[in-house]
Amino acid sequence: MSAAEEVVTEAPAVEAVPKRAMTLGLGTSLVVLAALVLAPLFVKNFIIFQMTMLLIYGLAVLALNILTGGSGQFSLGQSAFYAVGAYTSAILMEHAGMNYALTLPIAGVICFAFGFLFGQPALRLSGVYLALATFALATAMPQLLKLHFVEHWTGGVQGLVVTKPDAPFGLPMSQDMWLYYFTLAITIGIYVASVNLLRSRSGRAFMAIRDNEIAASAMGVDVALYKTLAFGVSAAITGVAGGLGAIAVQFVAPDGYTIVLSISLFLGMVVGGVGWLPGSIVGSAFIIFVPNIAESISKGLSGAVFGVLLFLVIFLVPHGARQVALIAQQILGKLKKN
Amino acid sequence: MELFTNQVLAGIATGAIYACMALAVVMIYQAIDHLNFAQGEMAMFSTFISWQLMQWGVPYWWAFLITLVISFAGGILIERLLFKPLAKAPVLTNVAGFIALYGIINSVAGLIWDFTIKQYPTPFGSSPFLGSQLISTHQAGMIGVTILLLVALYLFFQFTRIGLAMRAAAALPESARLVGINTSWMIALGWGMASAIGAIAGILIAPVVFLEPNMMLGVLLYGFAAAVLGGLTSPLGAVVGGFLVGIFENLAGTYIPGVGNELKLPIALALIITVLVFKPAGLLGRPIVKRV
Repeated sequence: MSAAEEVVTEAPAVEAVPKRAMTLGLGTSLVVLAALVLAPLFVKNFIIFQMTMLLIYGLAVLALNILTGGSGQFSLGQSAFYAVGAYTSAILMEHAGMNYALTLPIAGVICFAFGFLFGQPALRLSGVYLALATFALATAMPQLLKLHFVEHWTGGVQGLVVTKPDAPFGLPMSQDMWLYYFTLAITIGIYVASVNLLRSRSGRAFMAIRDNEIAASAMGVDVALYKTLAFGVSAAITGVAGGLGAIAVQFVAPDGYTIVLSISLFLGMVVGGVGWLPGSIVGSAFIIFVPNIAESISKGLSGAVFGVLLFLVIFLVPHGARQVALIAQQILGKLKKN
Repeated sequence: MELFTNQVLAGIATGAIYACMALAVVMIYQAIDHLNFAQGEMAMFSTFISWQLMQWGVPYWWAFLITLVISFAGGILIERLLFKPLAKAPVLTNVAGFIALYGIINSVAGLIWDFTIKQYPTPFGSSPFLGSQLISTHQAGMIGVTILLLVALYLFFQFTRIGLAMRAAAALPESARLVGINTSWMIALGWGMASAIGAIAGILIAPVVFLEPNMMLGVLLYGFAAAVLGGLTSPLGAVVGGFLVGIFENLAGTYIPGVGNELKLPIALALIITVLVFKPAGLLGRPIVKRV
């Protein structure tokens, strides 16, 4: 390729991930699943709560991963979708007295519509321009939630308190544990659906758009439709995560959904490996636990410690956990041969 | 009408700062094709250095000059140490690097100088400018310095060998390398200049927003907005965008009911997105040509 051509052809924002490398193998999946199912039986309630949050943020990172890793669009507005999901669940539960489990699909549908509509004007923007647009959405959301005419529903600055559900059918479980298994079931469901989505015709369309938009449209992919669809799906999953988050934390307030949340989710995606779905949980663990570790190393310098740890990760493994998994796989393969 | 003129002039004055910040953003964007999210924190740190120098008894303009030199060197150092190794990493990894740098600088500044708000002197004085009530001498000074800076940059890029080399390295890195330009050092130079320009913006705005580790957060956002509005490939566009964003922000805060301070930023961003939908490369940017 000549130099001049290299400049006019925009490099894709996300490098291509081979389809088979997007998931874990069956054996590894089962081990991870078993660990996730058995772990809460041996730990305290607070840790179970943290594990629930791990799954919830994992879902939100997964949603961003579908958008960025799948369709190559970059979003800093995920906190806005998360907030809409959380408020939908909270308002339906507290004002309409609805069952918590029923509020989640509604949150998903509302967020899908919201994301799909937001995807319309975003169609013309890409790269940094799209980042700025989604960023605007994220900065506006906490302010919009505080506005006077929605205050009756959202509780304004005070926010809303959400009741934590008991385990159904008289199961002998603590509330935390029930919520963990409930979240786990939803997470597994959405994860499997996402894997299948990316392997389907639509998923291939996403990836074609990510790799080369013009070539994709030349092959007959409806670029506008699939780009907005990716936004919608991503927003829907983020919304469900937001709803679960509201139930787990038992509280929603505007300042819980600022741009900081969007940035955290973005960092989670990078650390987990862009385009590698299992990495979402690793990334989620990074954004939940590393700030705590940084705080415990030095209170005054926690931001700096977090920054240094983040630099270490991206220096050592620029492709995130995906790279680690790949290396582990190669080592295992060699061991098997010997 | 007086209120309107007043708001426009105040908007031009804050716009001058956004313009400086946007210039710094464009400098780095030209060099490495990324938005530097840590630009505001770098500027804040530079401003603290100049403040510290003045605390030690260095006169204002000397402190200003020394800070520019330190910032320039600091910018080059950051590029060499942190971002040169990441040059081949994926784009999003670089963005994560900027966020990490942001956290480090912010936290270190807080540790050294703590989070209390500090007064920062102005060399221009705060009396009304030329006897008019509309604008203070400091605001006039900010506008003047920005325009001087823009002219200096224009002369540098148009009429010096090294300016030409930097433009070549940014436009066609491969070809620039073939004609013997050290593109890697041109990138470092871009970082140094961006860091120094950011320092100017920080020092100019510090008397207005007061000195503290989070002072540049809002300024940087408006700076980004200005750069994107004006066109990320055009320094002149960045300046024009800066003034426009400053004016619009002030007018929206004054005239649109219910906006106030809280919704100023989202409204400004919404305007910019509206502009971008119709002119995706920004007002003065070069349209991106794509080839399959």
